[in-house]
Amino acid sequence: MNEQITNVLLVGVGGQGILLASEILSEAAMLAGYDVKKSEIHGMSQRGGSVVSHVRYGKQVFSPIVPEGEGDILFGFELMETCRSLPLLKPGGTVVANDLKISPPSVLMGQELYPEGLVERIKARFPDFLLLDGQQMAGSAGNVRAANTVLLGAVSRKLDIAEQHWMKALEKMVPSKALDVNRKAFQLGRDYK
Amino acid sequence: MKEILSGNEAIARGAFEAGCLVACAYPGTPSTEILENTIRYKEINSSWAPNEKVALEVAIGASFGGGRALCTMKHVGVNVAADPLFTLAYTGVRGGLVLVVADDPEMHSSQNEQDSRNYARFAKVPMLEPSDSQECKEFTRLAFELSEQYDMPVMLRSCTRISHGKSIVDLGERVTGLPLPKLEKNPAKLVMLPGNARVRHPLVEASLQKLSADASSMVINRSELRDSSIGIITSGVCYQYVREVMPNASTLKLGMVNPLPYELIREFASQVDKLYIVEELDPFIEQQVRAMGINAIGKELISLCGELTPGRLRSAFGLPQPEAAPAEKLPGRPPNMCPGCPHRGVFFALNQLKAYVTGDIGCYTLGFMPPLSAMDTCVCMGASIGMATGVTKVVSAEEKKKVVAVIGDSTFLHTGINGLMDMVYNNSPATVVILDNSITAMTGRQDNPASGFTLMDDPANAINIPLLCKSLGVKNIRIVNPLDLEETRRVLAEEMERPETSVIITNKPCVLIKRDDVFQKGPVYAVDSEKCTGCRACLKIGCPAIEWRPAGDGSKKGKAYIDPLLCTGCDVCRQLCKFDAIGSR
Repeated sequence: MNEQITNVLLVGVGGQGILLASEILSEAAMLAGYDVKKSEIHGMSQRGGSVVSHVRYGKQVFSPIVPEGEGDILFGFELMETCRSLPLLKPGGTVVANDLKISPPSVLMGQELYPEGLVERIKARFPDFLLLDGQQMAGSAGNVRAANTVLLGAVSRKLDIAEQHWMKALEKMVPSKALDVNRKAFQLGRDYK
Repeated sequence: MKEILSGNEAIARGAFEAGCLVACAYPGTPSTEILENTIRYKEINSSWAPNEKVALEVAIGASFGGGRALCTMKHVGVNVAADPLFTLAYTGVRGGLVLVVADDPEMHSSQNEQDSRNYARFAKVPMLEPSDSQECKEFTRLAFELSEQYDMPVMLRSCTRISHGKSIVDLGERVTGLPLPKLEKNPAKLVMLPGNARVRHPLVEASLQKLSADASSMVINRSELRDSSIGIITSGVCYQYVREVMPNASTLKLGMVNPLPYELIREFASQVDKLYIVEELDPFIEQQVRAMGINAIGKELISLCGELTPGRLRSAFGLPQPEAAPAEKLPGRPPNMCPGCPHRGVFFALNQLKAYVTGDIGCYTLGFMPPLSAMDTCVCMGASIGMATGVTKVVSAEEKKKVVAVIGDSTFLHTGINGLMDMVYNNSPATVVILDNSITAMTGRQDNPASGFTLMDDPANAINIPLLCKSLGVKNIRIVNPLDLEETRRVLAEEMERPETSVIITNKPCVLIKRDDVFQKGPVYAVDSEKCTGCRACLKIGCPAIEWRPAGDGSKKGKAYIDPLLCTGCDVCRQLCKFDAIGSR
């Protein structure tokens, strides 16, 4: 077992299922025998605002939030939010991002444009970058709403947690009627190269 | 058995294991989920109260009846509950009583960042401060025991990072064999008239002194000697940041922050070369340590404002920061009212009428944000109505007509109702809008005395708000459909003009309401791009389902688009379109 602390950041927009994804990741890490801490902000952020969830696991975790500039993996559900959280990553860190743009209020109202070239900007700083179309892949698994599970599957390959723990965590955290779709979605993400 | 629990879930678990019988609260971020989790344990009678003062009084009653009782609130809730709290310190308890207060350093979801530790000292109540979920559970259990042992209520202080952080917890069993509650008269202890209170006060001081002495040998106050050149006194989540950033420093971890274990502090101070205090917000520990004649450094390094993070702690101690990517310049993403939110139409009308809006606390505080931009004040729960009365006392007759208080159903029942009594009693000409969406929405859709259900989801009496206002003496009560812009604007204009108190009550539920039969989505709307002239009128309500799509030719031209996945069919945008370009699909 890896004794180092692994720092994962899950970021996106309120309502995208980030909290569920971070719950599944924490559960899988605990099942793998690690100490785990997780932190995020509820409340105002749920009304369509930015959401940042921190998950840390290893032999013994102290701070519940990832120290600035020490993130190992940034797991982005939305492109602009992925870009916003880059300062939390360590140099050489990994980015797994969903190819999705959700316009913030100022863009919806036509006051400014959704920024261009985000993928290139992220790639320039963090070459270890994987981009997926979570919605499209979730659709082929049977439900576009399982996009967060597709992404989790893709992230799972980068983490030192055995597949059996991921499956157990999914079984525990996902409602039984949605389990089959989520298993498929997870596998699609995990197999994506 | 081990489980990953949030601090709030662990506090609920701790109350269960401690044999708690009653839990009562008013929702408030970040404390809300504690009561949403005590309902998992059928042994605990859990309920929402209309406000924090009532919640604490219910807990006090349960304690006086002989049962263990839990009361939870956010930091500003203690301001409301302070009246019973200060005298509860004198009466002491029968069944153990634990008051959980969740602070919000950094104000993630609050209007101020007051430091509740000051309340513990001010009210002469012991306070424990856990630093992870395991401690949340254990300290809650311990708090009940200490409460009975020292005959005092005990406060447990959490904060956003503890309440909403998750970590692994070892679950235990519920204690058995506690005495059964039954009535027992003891007026000398429980009737706080001057004669009795004068007897009780010295007992409180003696108990605090004894507790402070005992605290030096309690395991929750823990001296961890490592490198002796630096010693750090800390507590709560700050302890975790200290261990993260300065793993070799010696630490004195305080599990009890009031009263402080003076003897242990003195001993620790003598074992290290340089003493620091790491605490968020006020120099609560620092000032007391300095008053002991011990030299300690604290707020010279660490800000009085905001929460601590590992990075901020590194900066405070001048430690090297890891190299990080620079922040990108990106459009912000502030929170917004939901698509179809019934509050939107009211704020649109208030903006058009150029009203001076005294606001209140809830989702509708977002009416402050552009493009609605229709809130001028927001101070505390229930303040909108009193402030409106006050404004009308000083401004000109013409300006009085502009004054409108806006308040939600839950906040109205919390403390707004007192403001309305005053408004009628003292004949203020202001207008009150009660945004009745049948739920306490901002904190995550909790039931309240007007929603018709209890916390346990049992059917309950639903207060009839119009009748309540009538019985308070309001003569002008109007019910409006806030999704009808014309009606809302007309009624608002009429009542603002009226030189006496009037109350307008909106009648559409929250779109996120839990019960399917209350809110029903209408047909989804779409923009007919042939008819859309790109006038942007529909963008003025700031609905997240409506998007401006630029023509892409570099000009300012473009057209509106409605996201069918987000649209609830509320019809408000259709009423704004002069070109008949918006309709159901």
